[in-house]
Amino acid sequence: MEISASLVALQLVTGIALGAVYALLAIGLSLIFGMLTVVNFAHGAFFMVGGFVGLYFMGLTGNFWFSLVLTPLVVGALGLVVERFLVRPLYGRGIDYPLLLTFGLSWVLIEAMRVLFGIEGLPSSTPAELRGSVDLGFGFFPKYRLFLIFATAVVVLALWLFLEKTRYGLIVRAGSRDGEICKVLGVDVARVWLMVFGIGTAIAGLSGVLAAPTRAVNPEMGIPVLAESFVVTVVGGMGSLPGAVVAGLLVGIVFSMTSLFAPEFAELSIFVLMAVVLLVRPQGFFGKAGLMG
Amino acid sequence: MTSSGMSSRGMTGGLRAAVEAVRRHRVAAVLLFLLVFPLLMPYQALAINILIFGLFAVGFNLLFGYTGLLSFGHAAFLGVGSYLTGIGMVHMGLPWGLALALGVACAGLAGLVIGYLAIRTRGIYFSMVTLALAQIVYYAFYKAERWTGGENGLRGIQVPGFELAGFRFDFLDPTTKYYVILAFVAAALWFVSRVLASPFGAVIEAVRENEKRAAACGYDVARTKLLVFVLSALICGLAGALRALHLSVVPIDSLHYLLSGQAVMMCLLGGMGTFFGPFVGAGVFLTLEDVMTTLTSHWMAVVGAVFMVFVLYFPAGLWGSLLRQVDRRLERAG
Repeated sequence: MEISASLVALQLVTGIALGAVYALLAIGLSLIFGMLTVVNFAHGAFFMVGGFVGLYFMGLTGNFWFSLVLTPLVVGALGLVVERFLVRPLYGRGIDYPLLLTFGLSWVLIEAMRVLFGIEGLPSSTPAELRGSVDLGFGFFPKYRLFLIFATAVVVLALWLFLEKTRYGLIVRAGSRDGEICKVLGVDVARVWLMVFGIGTAIAGLSGVLAAPTRAVNPEMGIPVLAESFVVTVVGGMGSLPGAVVAGLLVGIVFSMTSLFAPEFAELSIFVLMAVVLLVRPQGFFGKAGLMG
Repeated sequence: MTSSGMSSRGMTGGLRAAVEAVRRHRVAAVLLFLLVFPLLMPYQALAINILIFGLFAVGFNLLFGYTGLLSFGHAAFLGVGSYLTGIGMVHMGLPWGLALALGVACAGLAGLVIGYLAIRTRGIYFSMVTLALAQIVYYAFYKAERWTGGENGLRGIQVPGFELAGFRFDFLDPTTKYYVILAFVAAALWFVSRVLASPFGAVIEAVRENEKRAAACGYDVARTKLLVFVLSALICGLAGALRALHLSVVPIDSLHYLLSGQAVMMCLLGGMGTFFGPFVGAGVFLTLEDVMTTLTSHWMAVVGAVFMVFVLYFPAGLWGSLLRQVDRRLERAG
C-alpha cells in the first residue's frame, strides 16, 4: 500500500478522534482519583454499561441526542449508589480496598449486562444526522468521528468551567488538595465525594454511548478499555485533567499511526509508550512527583 | 464447675498445642492436607486445578500479602511459565522436565523486567502499571502466532509416561498426575516457607508495615521489592508450567489481566498474608465456579458479589478470620 501524506493526515485525525474517547475515559478516572484517591477498576464496566444503556435508549426513542443526555444521568446515578453503599464504607481502610471492591463490581456489572441484553451484545449504528463524511481538504473523513472530537472538547470545556468558575468546583478543588481542612471549614466532604464519583462514572457512561457507534457493543467491551485508560492516566499523570487530555490524544495518535505503519504492533504500541514514560518520567507528563513517592 | 473448668482448660491446652504444631510445621501441615485432598473432591481435574491455582495464589500472596504490593499483572508470569514450557516441548522438542525449567526461568526473567519498571511506582499506581505492563506480554504472545498459536492457544503438549526409582508414572492417570504435580508444589511451598522464615522474610514484612522505617533501618527497599517480585514471578511461573502439563494446551487467556484478578480474588478470599490462605481461596473460588456453572451461566456475578462481600466485611478472608478467632480464644484463655 502506498502511504501518502494525505493518508497520514487522515490517520492523524482518526487518532485524535480515538484519543478523544481515551481522554474522556481518563478524565473520569482522574477526577475520581484526584478527589477520593480511589482507582475505579469498574471504570471500563461503567463505560460498557454506558454503551448498552445508550443503545437501549436509542432503540426506545429513536433519538441519539436524547440518549446522549439520558445515558450519563443513568450511569452517574448508578455510580452514586455504588459510592454511597459500597465504596464509602471502605474509606480510611487503605487504598487497596476500594480498588478490589470495584474489581469485583466490574464482574457483577458485566454479568448484569449479559443477563439484561444477552451475551452477543447489541448492533450499533451511527445516528442518521452524523452519517457520511466531510471533505477535510486532504481527504474524506467520517462525520461521526469529527463529532467525537467536538463532543469531547465540549465536555472538557464544561468540566473546566465547572471546576474553575463555580462554587462547587472550588470545593472540589479544595477537597482534593486537603480534605481534612475542608471538613474543618464546614464543608460536607462526604457529599462532595459522592458527587465527584457520580460525575466520574457519568463521564465513563458518556464515553460509552459516544464510542458505541464506532465499535462492537458487548459485555466484554470494557475489559481492554480499562487497561487502555490506565495507560492514558499513567502517561498523563494521575489526577491531572490536562494530563488526561494530552495523554489521551497522544495515545490515540500513537495507536492509529502504528496501525497504519505496523498494524501487528498497534495494540502493543500504547503499552510500550507507557513503559517508556515510566522509565523517563515515572509520575507522567503532568503528575505530581509526590504521588509516586 | 471445677471439672468443666478443668476440661475447658484441657481443651484450650490441646488447641494451643495443635495450633503451635501447625504453625511450626506449616509446610508439613499443608502437605498432609494436600495429600488427602483429592479424596475429598468430586473429581481429580478440579483437585489439580485447585492445587495449581493455589500455588499461583501463594506466589501472588508473597507479594501482596507479605510485602503489601498489589500487582494486577501476575497472569503474565503464569502465562509465560505455561507458554515457554509448551514452546520448549512442542517447538524445541525438550523433555518435559527441561521445558518446565525453561518456563520457570523465563517467568522469573519477565518478573525481573516488569518488576524493574513497576517498583518505580507505588500504591495504586503499582497496580495500574503492573496491569498495563502485563498486557504487553499478552499482546506480544497473541501476535506471535507462529510460536504461540495466537488466539487458538498453544496445543499438543504431551507428557509421556516416565519411570522413576523403579515406579512407572502414567501422566494420563489423573491421580498420578495430581501427585506428580504435588511433588513440585511441595518443593515450592518449602522454598516459600524458608524465604518467609529467613531474615529476608522479616525485611519484606517490615517493608509492608512501614517502608520509610525499613529504609531508615538501612534496608534497600527497592532491591527488596524487586527480589520479592522475581521470587513471586518464579512461583507463579511454576504454577503456569504445571498448568501447561496438566491441560496439554495453553489458552491465550492465561496471560490476560482477568486471570491476575483471579489471583487477587483467591488470595483475599482465603486470607492474604497467611500461609495456607491462598489454597483455601483457590479451593473456594474454583469450587464455587464449578458448582455455579452447573446452575447458571452467570457465575461471574455470583463470584464477583461474594468477593465484594469479603472486601467489605471479611477482609481477612476465610482462613485469616479463622486464625484470628483461634488466636482470640487462646488469648482469652490466657
